Amino acid sequence: MSSRSSGGSSGLSAYLQVAPLALFTIAFVGVPIGTLVLLSFWQTDGIFIYREFTLDNYRQMLSSPLTYALFFTTIKFAAITLIVTTIIGFICSYFLVFHVRNLKWQIGLLLLCTIPFWTSNVIRMISWIPFLGREGIFNQTIIAMGLTNQPLDFLLYSEFAVILTYIHLYTLFMIVPIFNSMAKINPNLIEAARDAGASGWQILYTVIIPLSKTGIALGSIFVVTLVMADFFVVRVMSGGQSASVVSAMKNQIDNLFYPQAAAMAIMLIAVVALLVSGILRVVDIRAELAR
Amino acid sequence: MTEMKNSIDLSRRKFLQSTAAVTGAAVGSGVIGAPMIWAQNIRDITISWTGPSFSVIADIADKASEDLGFRIVPQSVESTNLMPRIINQPETLEIVDMEYWALAKVWRSGNFQAIDKTKIGNWSRITPIMKDGKNFDGSDLSRQGILPFKVMYLESADADGFAAEETDIVSTVPTIYNADTLGIRPDLIGRPIESYAELFNPEFKGKTALVNVPGTGILDAANAFEAMGEITYGDKGNMTREEIDFTINNLIELKRAGQFRAFWLSFDESVNLMAAGEVVIQSMWAPAVTAVKARGIPCVYQSMKEGYRAWGSGIGLMGHLEGMKRDAAYEFMNWTLSGWHGGFIGRQGYYSSIPEHAREFMTDNEWGYWYEGQPATEQIVDPYGTVMDGEGAQRDGGSFQDRIGNISVWNTVMDEERYMVQRWNEFISA
Repeated sequence: MSSRSSGGSSGLSAYLQVAPLALFTIAFVGVPIGTLVLLSFWQTDGIFIYREFTLDNYRQMLSSPLTYALFFTTIKFAAITLIVTTIIGFICSYFLVFHVRNLKWQIGLLLLCTIPFWTSNVIRMISWIPFLGREGIFNQTIIAMGLTNQPLDFLLYSEFAVILTYIHLYTLFMIVPIFNSMAKINPNLIEAARDAGASGWQILYTVIIPLSKTGIALGSIFVVTLVMADFFVVRVMSGGQSASVVSAMKNQIDNLFYPQAAAMAIMLIAVVALLVSGILRVVDIRAELAR
Repeated sequence: MTEMKNSIDLSRRKFLQSTAAVTGAAVGSGVIGAPMIWAQNIRDITISWTGPSFSVIADIADKASEDLGFRIVPQSVESTNLMPRIINQPETLEIVDMEYWALAKVWRSGNFQAIDKTKIGNWSRITPIMKDGKNFDGSDLSRQGILPFKVMYLESADADGFAAEETDIVSTVPTIYNADTLGIRPDLIGRPIESYAELFNPEFKGKTALVNVPGTGILDAANAFEAMGEITYGDKGNMTREEIDFTINNLIELKRAGQFRAFWLSFDESVNLMAAGEVVIQSMWAPAVTAVKARGIPCVYQSMKEGYRAWGSGIGLMGHLEGMKRDAAYEFMNWTLSGWHGGFIGRQGYYSSIPEHAREFMTDNEWGYWYEGQPATEQIVDPYGTVMDGEGAQRDGGSFQDRIGNISVWNTVMDEERYMVQRWNEFISA
């Protein structure tokens, strides 16, 4: 940035302009992560933490098949949730932008999507339990309809339940950014495409999807980070049958093994950063947002 | 309801009489030991009492404040969250309720202060189960796991470890304890259940659950594997690496075969699993069984021939407490042993450290039901006034002697804990 500035005095003022945000970031992001990094290299006996450098926490973590299993499960959850929420988010936004032409209706319907968010995450999650249970509403209904005579066990306390809940909780985080970028598409562009003889599918592939990429990317970042950071949904909805990276970390913290948990946290940050930078590679969000 | 009220009024009168006598005697003999606390100063004292939600209860704090003349402020923090507080922010705590397995872990943080046993007026009346580790017939209780006795006495006030024999300084004043077992749904099982082995019986495939607290869940599993004759542990409460491996490997196999429906962490999760019929046999806590019954669903806290998994809890003092606050803390500890507290927790199904004092605050019906395993002569009401059991109902496992006399293991923290937790995580994510 400073290369653009001309003259020494404006260099100083550029630093001053950056200073508030920089200080804020250092204090509230840099210092905690720095502490985490230090902690992950220290030793503990389960009570005291000894400030002696060790690679044991990392060695133990990286040599344990459990770590890879946990990351695999967590990433699998994130990927499935991402795919489904993107499809739903895209369809909802498409409907709102291109079928509901009236702005008032658009905003009204978008607000309707947020109604579930008026209650807490936990309540929205837990309300699935009586619905999906063995003696739950869904099973009772299909048994009454004669579709099956045995309740379906896989509905609750399963990976299915976990993913269903994630999708329910996080789809809105997809709808809003996609809606936002779709709403910016100039209708003339679509008309021009149609005039040039493009079919509906061609318009979708060559015009709408590329121009919605920013929204999809932003939504993906939300969904991926939310799923990767979760331990509560996975614990409750799988009935403790599955574990995620963070739920294992929580277990370590509960048993006072902080440095091990810190090492795991650092690895999680690295993996999430990798995923997010992967998303950003596909889409230059900064350039798109400036549009 | 009205009967309940009467009995409370009655017991309050009785309590005032007896405390007057006890305090008189205590002051006379210098048992309380504190320099006379001036009434006007004592009113200014506020002292916080922190611990798990099953033991730190607002109603108890209110009653203590009323009786003692200073304010006890209850704060509920489960043991897993309390332990880090004790280590990292001891200054935010004053009096703490410690489960003995947790105490075994955090005592050496050095953030507690030793308690002078001679200032606990009723120490000699505390049941030998808590203070001596002895059974009713004088024999040793099961030493598997963290028996309260193992973490009770100290060689010196600043000792890191615990004394093997009784001394005059103690880590905590024991208050409550109980014998836990498995909960079952008799209506959905339809036949007698007598052994822990049933937990892993393929008949209940997909309908069993374990508690997801490693140090507790592994003990229920160990009881079951032992009952199945697959292994005999040297000490279930302190397994070797090989024993941990055996247990976890077998658990993983069972999990893959679909034996478990869920692993629960909080009390209400276990209630819902049972009440919704998702599970018919599982690890459970006594009040959770009661909560299922309170919904009109049959649930039994089944006694097993292999015995019970017991736990105990006591009150500890943080190191920074001094002067009048410390005197007040001693008064509170003495108060918990004087009977009202014992009566209250007795109505929740827990046992008091001095059962004979608790008895003075329970009706004959309550005493017969909770402590003697007798059929209830009238409705059994919990401390908050909810009906828990009808006339004629009996407590599972019988009398105090039968239940406590049949403990096979105490809740624990193992020497190989780190390895155990790691392997437990593996089981959960398998």
